[in-house]
Amino acid sequence: MTSVMPNVLEGSPGFSPCKTHRNRQQRLCTRLQNRSQRRITLRTGSKFRSTWRKGTDHLATALAVASTILVVAPLLAIFGYLIYKGASSLNWAFFTQIPKPEGEVGGGMANAIVGSGVLLGLASLIGVPIGIGGGVFLAEFGRGTKLANAVRFTADVLNGVPSIVMGVAVYGLVVTPAMPFSAISGGIALGIMMIPTVTRTTEEMLLMVPHSVREAALALGVPNWRSVLSITIKTASPGIITGCMLAFARVAGETAPLIFTAFGNSNWSVALNRPISALPLEIYRYAISPYDDQHRQAWAAALVLVVLIVAAVSLVRYVAGRGVLKGAS
Amino acid sequence: MPEIRISQSSIQNQPSPGDIQAAPPASAAESSAIRKFLLSRGNSAIADRGFHWLMVLCALSIFAIVVLIASELVRGSHLTWAQSGFKFFYTSFVDPESKSPLYWDPVNGHFSALPFIYGTLVSSFLALLLAVPLAIGVAVFLTEMCPRILRGPLAFLTELLAAIPSVIYGLWAVFVLVPLMREHINPPLIKFLGWTGFFNDDNPTGLGFVAAGVILAIMILPIISSLTREVMNAVPGSQREAVLALGATRWEMIRMGVLRNARIGIVGAVILGLGRALGETMAVTMVIGNTPQIQRSMLASGASMASVIANEYAEATSDLHLSALTEIGLALFIVTIVVNALARVLVWAVTRGAPARVN
Repeated sequence: MTSVMPNVLEGSPGFSPCKTHRNRQQRLCTRLQNRSQRRITLRTGSKFRSTWRKGTDHLATALAVASTILVVAPLLAIFGYLIYKGASSLNWAFFTQIPKPEGEVGGGMANAIVGSGVLLGLASLIGVPIGIGGGVFLAEFGRGTKLANAVRFTADVLNGVPSIVMGVAVYGLVVTPAMPFSAISGGIALGIMMIPTVTRTTEEMLLMVPHSVREAALALGVPNWRSVLSITIKTASPGIITGCMLAFARVAGETAPLIFTAFGNSNWSVALNRPISALPLEIYRYAISPYDDQHRQAWAAALVLVVLIVAAVSLVRYVAGRGVLKGAS
Repeated sequence: MPEIRISQSSIQNQPSPGDIQAAPPASAAESSAIRKFLLSRGNSAIADRGFHWLMVLCALSIFAIVVLIASELVRGSHLTWAQSGFKFFYTSFVDPESKSPLYWDPVNGHFSALPFIYGTLVSSFLALLLAVPLAIGVAVFLTEMCPRILRGPLAFLTELLAAIPSVIYGLWAVFVLVPLMREHINPPLIKFLGWTGFFNDDNPTGLGFVAAGVILAIMILPIISSLTREVMNAVPGSQREAVLALGATRWEMIRMGVLRNARIGIVGAVILGLGRALGETMAVTMVIGNTPQIQRSMLASGASMASVIANEYAEATSDLHLSALTEIGLALFIVTIVVNALARVLVWAVTRGAPARVN
């Protein structure tokens, strides 16, 4: 994800690292020279000074190691606790039954699992084609134009919009008195959130396809649209699938925009114009409920969701690691 | 692109001199066959142009979405804006019974965004305070000190941290972090720092700004540290070698050779983390306590801009209530756009032009 971003201004002019760095190096040299001169003049302090420098070095190393441990510890704690609680609460009923009325023990989240599938399917239907189209425009038609830069910047802006704000906007746009809360509005909210990620990764991947491949297709008399669709996109497809999976994984756990678009539903429902349940929504509802059995189910749902997302991300790493594009640039 | 095709066909149509000498009739027949073939295939210019415009349309729809979001937020918040204008963000009311300040009372139609702005700022600030030193420490360790075997798994772990949905952080925080803080962290804070007035012993739940800040810190850490790592990798290796060659220790090399050169990008990464913290909803909603009040104590419960929307939007009592919530959303939208744009520019300023170091 993050590696996608900084390449944006790659071609922009006006930055000469050599000169700047030379200046910086000169400054550094003078600073270190001053320091060593001081050491020569203050001979009595030199021993203390070198011990002090070594001590600081060790201290800094220790601090860096300590902070890494401090960061890794909560992660392992979250994962360990999630697996421990989730695995002990998972059972067959969780996958096959719908929720029992509040306060009763038992029941499952079959409707939420199916609902999440429906919502994510809708989101992919909206987000993937538009996202890939935008990426194709950026990489094939709009290279270096002002419009392309503006689109790229807008995609970054869209990526940074908090998901709750997206929910508010989609509520205003789609939710009407006639169709208060619905699966469609939830799918639209999630689909919009997928677009920027898909666009930017598609662009990155298409830029990696060598020019000679395109030229070969055009030299054979293949129309441009055909060459883009079945040559360029096809060559870059592992990378593009990676981007789609990343967007999918990101959106799969989104709760905030669904609270007032898909709303949640404790009965079976796959109708697109009715409120629909989703795993993250149920986790949220059950986590803040007062019943122990609902807490148990929240952990089970969290485990299922994380396994889904980690599987998607690992698949991405696997595909990207052995993809056609590796080394071709 | 169509030009290539045209020129190709025109070349094909002119028989080359060698062909004429050898077998003129055959060559003419061949060229006409090619021409016939090309003509029969039809012109792809329409399809090409159509495809081009379809892609432009997709790209423009990204604009359209942002414009639609903005216009919808403005339209939705019109009612509140017309009623209280800019005062919405700083005004406060007085409770007629207890004479205490009152900010948010949907039943009687009192709306002020002040406690939510305060809550967002305090929780984000706490998160940055905790996350920034740790994130820089992790980035330094991973880029400069880490044995090569550990680098891959640790980077993958931090990436994984970014992939966990915020609702699961919230779940963990509700059942593990909040009890932990209530039992083991808050009492010493109250005991030793209670005199500052920032840690008052009046909230036994454990929910509050500190809990929100800690969970936010865990959530923004991977973003800050992975961007910092990227920026530090963009510092050329010659810088490091130069500083080491002058007799610096490793820490001096990192401080003078790496961190100094990367500082603008690190600031950018921190601001990007701030943008994420400001807009973070679910985890904060689950642990901040959701009471619209302003208190000096960091252990008191409060509410953030995102959390109040998540809590009240679906069951807003009146049009004015809905409109006030939408205006909070609009404010959040504008602030995050500004913060994100600033961060991107700062990160670009460092990483552009500098080739990535091969690890």
